[in-house]
Amino acid sequence: MKLNLKIWRQPSQQAQGQLVDYQLDNVSEDSSFLEMLDLLNEQLIENGDEPVAFDHDCREGICGMCSLVINGVAHGQDREKIKQVTVCQLHMRNFSDGETIVIEPWRSAAFPVLKDLIVNRTAFDRIIQAGGYISVSTGSAADANALPIPKKKADVSMDAAACIGCGACVAACPNGSAMLFTSAKITHLGVLPQGETERYQRVVNMVAQMDKEGFGGCTNMGECEAVCPKEISLDFIARMNRDLISAAFRGISPTV
Amino acid sequence: MVGVMHFPQTTIGKKVIMAISGVVWIGFLAAHMFGNLKVYTGAEHFNEYAEGLRTLGAPILGYAQALWVLRIIVIVSIVAHMWAALTLNQRNRQARPARYTEHKKLSANYATLTMIYGGVAIFFFIIYHLMHFTWGVAGVHPSFIATDPYHNVIAGFSSYGYVPAIIYLIALVFLAFHLFHGTWSLFQTLGLNNKTYDGALHGLAWAVALVITLGFATVPLGVMFGLLS
Repeated sequence: MKLNLKIWRQPSQQAQGQLVDYQLDNVSEDSSFLEMLDLLNEQLIENGDEPVAFDHDCREGICGMCSLVINGVAHGQDREKIKQVTVCQLHMRNFSDGETIVIEPWRSAAFPVLKDLIVNRTAFDRIIQAGGYISVSTGSAADANALPIPKKKADVSMDAAACIGCGACVAACPNGSAMLFTSAKITHLGVLPQGETERYQRVVNMVAQMDKEGFGGCTNMGECEAVCPKEISLDFIARMNRDLISAAFRGISPTV
Repeated sequence: MVGVMHFPQTTIGKKVIMAISGVVWIGFLAAHMFGNLKVYTGAEHFNEYAEGLRTLGAPILGYAQALWVLRIIVIVSIVAHMWAALTLNQRNRQARPARYTEHKKLSANYATLTMIYGGVAIFFFIIYHLMHFTWGVAGVHPSFIATDPYHNVIAGFSSYGYVPAIIYLIALVFLAFHLFHGTWSLFQTLGLNNKTYDGALHGLAWAVALVITLGFATVPLGVMFGLLS
């Protein structure tokens, strides 16, 4: 395959960025999108140019590192639009020979571009630190079946826990809102008995931190849900709203 | 800020304020639309209804007291709604300072994307609407008679080459989009939505948007096509 690439190049956080054109030939349609970028970088290095910086780690779709907006869609889109996957799981067979592909970083005030296609997502870490944990006694682990948990609740928790924190929801949201991420993290702990103790303090703290980081508000467009590679549902945002309203009635203030 | 006082400062709290004030306005619009339909029962009954709004709750309440309580609720609601919308909108713009060269929308519909613009358009229409039918500002209404609302409706819509009627209908298109997204959205914001009810709530949103706007639209259309005179 022959491709025309338009890639966002930005030397540093302070520097001005711009889209730069690259031509790439001999791309196998069985290669993944990241392998295609590896090929480009090999050529750039051979020519003595600066390679394109992009985030990646497991390349199995489970770590949440890869983060590219491809042709205007966070993580790109497969040709059949069957299922949203992470960039590393997107293959070049979804593109056609001679196609022009625009590659940009996540764009959000809370995710400043560090270099080229790499953004700083530590805002997510600080949201987790604000309440994305449960407090347990140390010592030997409790028996897994010591606390009975209804199957339905366990399923909801697992669905929410599928979030890999890649930030595609923020990237896709026209408001740069992190509600899908935050709500998934609140839900996967809050529905279980182990997380129930800190349920309302957690939602108040995590929402306060989310707002402090400069993420926007939710206007219920569903763009986040549409790009999420882990199928995190808008239901969780409704649940987060419900918990925050409930916490307000309980008079809980943020402690972060 | 402590407890519940912290709530309106959060992005979610502001949305809840919008949802609740939105419910107040859906209720007001439904009642207003129902009242407007009385125009079909003739001048006498329609004018009696308009006067009835002022003597509501008599003899316990004085003249227009109940009406003013309702008006204050509606005014406070729209002020709160707009305050929350404008502060959130400003925040949302700041949260996404750099634009994408290419950005594809996958799920957001037209109604969702134009909420803020539609809302601003509706606000200006409300001001115009008050000048037209409540205050009867000379030049906006050709022959306003405070004691004859029926005449005001007919004359107001049939004057100036039907321009006021057309403005009214255009405003209703904005209102329909606003109500469609708003009605579904308020359930999501208040945490009362999930996938089980999603379809039904979208149906309800369609119903609210269509019933209210079509009900309002029959009056100017009736005047334009000579059904009302």
